[in-house]
Order: sequence, then structure tokens, then C-alpha cells
Amino acid sequence: MSSTTLRPTTVRPLRLPSARWVRLISPVLIVVVWQIASSTGVLPERLLASPATVITTAIDITRDGTLPHALAVSLQRAAIGFGIGAVIGIGLALLAGLSLFAEQLVDPPLQMLRMLPFYGLIPLLILWFGIGELPKIVLVAFGVAIPLYLNTFAGIRSVDGKLAELAQVQQLSRLGLIRHIVLPGALPQALVGLRQSLGVAWLALIVAEQVNADAGLGYLIDNAREFLRTDIIIVGLLVYSLLGLLTDAVVRLIERKALVWRRGFLAS
Amino acid sequence: MATRILGELSEAAAPPEHDQTTARPVARIRSLTKAFGDRTVLDGIDLDMARGEFVALLGRSGTGKSTLLRALAGLDRDHDGELSVDGDVAVAFQEPRLVPWKRVHANVTLGLRHSDPRAAARAALAEVGLGEHAEAWPLTLSGGEAQRASLARALVREPDLLLLDEPFSALDALTRITIHALVLELWARHRPGVLLVTHDVDEALLLADRALVLGEGRIAREFPIDLPRPRRRDHPRFTALRNELLTELGVAVEEGTA
Repeated sequence: MSSTTLRPTTVRPLRLPSARWVRLISPVLIVVVWQIASSTGVLPERLLASPATVITTAIDITRDGTLPHALAVSLQRAAIGFGIGAVIGIGLALLAGLSLFAEQLVDPPLQMLRMLPFYGLIPLLILWFGIGELPKIVLVAFGVAIPLYLNTFAGIRSVDGKLAELAQVQQLSRLGLIRHIVLPGALPQALVGLRQSLGVAWLALIVAEQVNADAGLGYLIDNAREFLRTDIIIVGLLVYSLLGLLTDAVVRLIERKALVWRRGFLAS
Repeated sequence: MATRILGELSEAAAPPEHDQTTARPVARIRSLTKAFGDRTVLDGIDLDMARGEFVALLGRSGTGKSTLLRALAGLDRDHDGELSVDGDVAVAFQEPRLVPWKRVHANVTLGLRHSDPRAAARAALAEVGLGEHAEAWPLTLSGGEAQRASLARALVREPDLLLLDEPFSALDALTRITIHALVLELWARHRPGVLLVTHDVDEALLLADRALVLGEGRIAREFPIDLPRPRRRDHPRFTALRNELLTELGVAVEEGTA
């Protein structure tokens, strides 16, 4: 790819206005068409509720406490599962990353588990842990631990060997080497793992909560299906999306704070 | 900046006052041998470096210059023979090797035990003309600035032996001139023994008291550089020594080209 042979002015067929609001046109149009289809009866309520209904329902189930309660239950599961998964994933990555012997022990089984489609574990988890909170938390923890382990481990191993040599010349202790060189060096990749694992956490939660739950967002959605309440299903999905966006924003914020030294952030 | 360094260069260039016969050597090497597999890189090196002596180590690629430096730095202990260093060692590498996630002052004091590391870093950075950049991130520095920071990091430890592994080779010609002056100034002030590994014959002639040429795993020849300081390229002995060194290094020099 040579930039000298590319002439973007001749490649681009149309000059489009580049303002940000332009990107809003198609989403708004979709919602408008959706609303018209619902109002005229082309799109029946039992297949997909109208945008207006979704908004009223969102307000209703927020007011009567259904949504906040479901959200609280789900958030708690996600937080506990994430906490456990993060401790296990990062802990194992530190072990395997810092000791060749531990790597021999820890890495092979984790590389195998990584290939396991972990939603397929649900029947086993139900057999082992019943249908209470435990299987849901275990599933989230499992989903979180794997990407965090893989990325943190890779991050530790990708730290420049020349910096390790420098640490030796500067007479840093082994602990100093880990603290000043290895861990900060592994952080960018570990944060990539964090972002992946948060995505997986919500996904694992959705799956786990639609199987044998009696509370939470997934239960709200599954229950709504039985009563053909497509409006509640849409509200639940929107909340999931918002949670995903929110956690992603949090990770971005952490990256901005923790990786200020990187070229990309220095420029901004 | 440049004028400050050049201004002080005349003091810095006073002849070194060390007595090579009485002082304990800062580094002593006897029959140092190092092989990688069945390839012998160093084959019985003997070397004494006096305190405060500036030694340049020359040689073609693959003659083991860096291997010898790494052995002195303690980065490679897997060798035969005797090697002892009397005092603290500091190293400046070819690339500045600043830790990108530490601010410049923290890079300078990395691994340093000091009651007030920040003040020590500031003093060292001021010495190399980087006082303004103590709080900067390494990736915002230019190549020359990064190499200065690396020098500050080496000097803040007040080493008895300073090992320079081609630290100027990646710098542009103008920056190299100012850094050469800076190194001489710092050397004159702190008087560490310096071992400079370089490919550059002129660099050796401008800086060192003594040039060693490595070949076949041994110190093939030793050149005392008896030029007056400050060194000038237009000194007649400079050209003569340059030709001798280049010939020893296997580069044919025709009359008139040097």
C-alpha cells in the first residue's frame, strides 16, 4: 500500500457533508419507519412493540420498581462474578507470567478451557450448583477469567527484554523488576483483556439469567416472552446495551488515566 | 544550550590527572574467554583500566566489543577467565532504554537508593541540560534528549566505571557533536573510568585516552591517543592516528581521502 499511488479525491464519488449530526439521520429514520409500521398495523405488537410503547413501558416498569430491582439483581451477579473471575484470571496470569514452572502447570489447562464453548457448560453447572445464584456467578466468573488470563499473560510476556536488562544494570530487585517494569508493561494488554472480559460478563449473564432465573434482567426478558410482551423484551435489551456501553466507557477512562504515557494519548 | 557546553569544554578538556601506575585499576580482566556454541567471540582478553581513564573499544562488527561490555556490566556472567570491577558500574546503551511509563525523573532514579531521589534526578538532568524535562514522558523526547536522559541516569549513580555501548551511533551528526562535548564535560567533573564501545574512529580520537582494537577475539592493538585536549580534527597527529586505526581495522586508506 503506497500512499503516493492512492488518490483519494478521485476514489471518493460524492462529497458528503461531514458534520456529526449526519450520522444520526439513518438511526432516526429507522425509528420513524418502525413507529409508522407499528401505528398502521403493518408490524403487529406481538412481534415488535412500537417505539412509543417501549418508552412508556420503560417509564412504567421503572416507576413500579420492576426494572430497578431486576437491574440491581443482575448488577450484583455481574459484579460478584466479575470480581471472582478477575482475581482468578489475573492471579493465574501473574503466576504463569512470572514463573516458567508455573506456566508449565497453569497454561495448558487454561489454553484448553479457552476452546470450550462455555455456554455449553450451563447444563453441567445446573447439575453441580443447582439453579440458584451460584451457577450464574460461576458462569460469569469463568467467562471473565479466560480473556483476562490470556491477555495479562501475553502482556507480561511481551514486556521488552531490554528493559529487564536495564533493570538488572540498575540493580533493581526481582520485586522492583516486577513492580516497575513487568506489571506496568503488561498493563496495556491487560486492559484489552479487561474490556473483552466485561463484554463477556454481560453476555454470560444474559445467557445464565434466561435459564432458570427468578429475578434479574434476563428473567424479566424471559418472563415477558411468555406473556408476548415485546415492549418489555426491548426495554431489557436496551438496558443490557446501555450497561455494555457504560462499562466500555469506564474502561476507556481507566486507559486514559493509566496509559497517559502512550503516544496515542500524549497526542490528545 | 550548545554555547553553555562548549563554553565549559575548555575546562573539561584539561588533561586527565590520573596516575596509571599507582592507582588500583577500576576494572581488571585476565584471559577472558567467551564462546557462543562453538564460536569463540572473546579469546583471552587482558585489560586494565585505570580510575578516570577514558578507553575506546573499536572493532569490526562481530568482534565481541559488546560481549566484552556486557561482561563488564554483569549482564553476562557465563564466561571463563577473571574479571573484577572495583566500584559501581553504570551503563548507557545504544538505544536510550528509557522506561516509557515512567516520567523522565523517575527513569533517572530507577533503582537508585537515595534520600531525596527527586532532587538527585533534577540535579542530574540539569547537568545534561534537561532540567526542564524532568516531568516529561520519555516518548515526547527527541533522540538526543532521550540519550541525555540515559546519560543522566548513568551518572546519577556516580559510577566508578561508566560503560557506553555505542550510545551516540543513532544520533544525527549535529546532536552527536553536542553530546560528545557533554560527555567530556561530565567525565571531567565526575572522573569515572569510561569504556566506550564504538565503530567510529573519529569519536574514539575525539574522546579517549586510549583506543583498543579488537580482532580475532583478542585486543589486537592498543593505541595511546596522545593528542592535546581539546581535540581538534585538523591536528596533524589526528589524521595520522586515524589512518593507523583505520588500517588496523582493515579499512584501506588512500592518500588524500582521509
